[in-house]
Amino acid sequence: MRPFKYARATSEAEAVQLVSATPTAKFLAGGTNLLDLMKEDVERPTQIVDLTRLSHLAQIRPTLNGISIGALATNAQVANHPLVRQNYPLLSRAILAGASAQIRNMATVGGNLMQRTRCPYFYDTAMPCNKREPGSGCAAFHGLNRMHAIFGYSDKCIATYPGDMANALYALDATVKIRGANGQERTIPIRDFHRLPGDTPEQDNNLQHGELIVAVELAKNDFAKHSYYLKVRDRASYAFALVAVAAALALEGDRIKQARVVLGGVAHKPWRSTEAEDALVGKEATEANFRAAAEAAMKEAKPLAHNAYKVELGKRAIVLALQRAMDETI
Amino acid sequence: MRCELITIKVNGEERTLAVAPNRTLLNLLREDLNLTGTKQGCDDGDCGACTVLVDGRPVLACIKLAAQCDGCEVTTIEGLAREGRLDRVQEAFWHEGGMQCGFCTPGMIMSSYALLQRNPHPTEAEIRQAISNNLCRCTGYTKIVAAVKRAATFAEFTQR
Repeated sequence: MRPFKYARATSEAEAVQLVSATPTAKFLAGGTNLLDLMKEDVERPTQIVDLTRLSHLAQIRPTLNGISIGALATNAQVANHPLVRQNYPLLSRAILAGASAQIRNMATVGGNLMQRTRCPYFYDTAMPCNKREPGSGCAAFHGLNRMHAIFGYSDKCIATYPGDMANALYALDATVKIRGANGQERTIPIRDFHRLPGDTPEQDNNLQHGELIVAVELAKNDFAKHSYYLKVRDRASYAFALVAVAAALALEGDRIKQARVVLGGVAHKPWRSTEAEDALVGKEATEANFRAAAEAAMKEAKPLAHNAYKVELGKRAIVLALQRAMDETI
Repeated sequence: MRCELITIKVNGEERTLAVAPNRTLLNLLREDLNLTGTKQGCDDGDCGACTVLVDGRPVLACIKLAAQCDGCEVTTIEGLAREGRLDRVQEAFWHEGGMQCGFCTPGMIMSSYALLQRNPHPTEAEIRQAISNNLCRCTGYTKIVAAVKRAATFAEFTQR
């Protein structure tokens, strides 16, 4: 790792101020992705601001209308928290589908949202990559793109967002609470947190430099009874998704009142399929209707040279995830 | 680069050390404290050879800054044996031959030790899940899993 200056923040205000003051400064929490990228020389911060002593940001607490999860709560703490398991089992399941026991003990909620793509060309500093080095080109576009996007990409970048937790947060309409450089707090609906690559793939999300995630908030919802997180990957554990599906249904009688279908591993951000959701609402929870929703979800998919398999895989995964959501009884 | 002064308890012994910010917990253990039982494998968070317990939980020492460990309690493979007696997990790995070249073994044992503390009677699926971030390039998984199962049948841990 290159040398850098290290500071241990003693307050949110100090953390925000330290990072805002230096364009090449970075916040550090669990470090499971940032340190990895620093070792690979992809990230080269000159100043690290360590957040881990801001213990109030690790709290998980009930709110009047749901739950507030501090940005520094570890993935393991969130996944195993009784309130999360009981009221948001989809979130718990998604987190446990990601990474490994060691990494879930280290990685935080805020860091999980901030993790960067695992596109191998992004990691390989000998190759062009517009995300790593804007204007250098996209080696993946004409390279090996089996793992890459089928939705929402541009000619500048075809990388996918690699996380699992965020797919569940999109399905649950989470809100991200941010503290800005001016000391003000603001909130971003999770659907507006990550970006599509467009012409600026170097920007993964809509945070300004120096803005700090302080919490993720979830409102009460009707999805706890019928939800499922299905992750399809090359190995049974500790691998990134080829396709992941966060599926949630709320029923009224035998009709679907509300539906959520969010796909992971297919775009630069968690890909919420309103097409699939619209196809489900008002219908019965039958396999035929699930199939119709899966077809609707994949209608606009534009596979690349090596990832056409994701279209059929995605359809099957959506059907299976919806079926399992119906089988789940919490 | 200014060094950070940190106090860290390693295998029960409190140490105060000056560490450069860009050094990891793994560097500190192996190079500053000469605790070379913890292995450096991929050095990138993938292989699990560097697994140690920080405040009782298994983590990857290669992607944790030493400076972040100020005030933490760290247990390494050297901290498991007591008065010349192996811990039950070590004992079980020895009995079952749960190792070939041995490079992954300290990390495997630390992950397994943490699993059994949390879940004294794990299923095979739970064992495999718990060691899924510990790669054995000799592919000796069958005997490793058998070793963790055997460890679970041994008498309870002496509390440390």
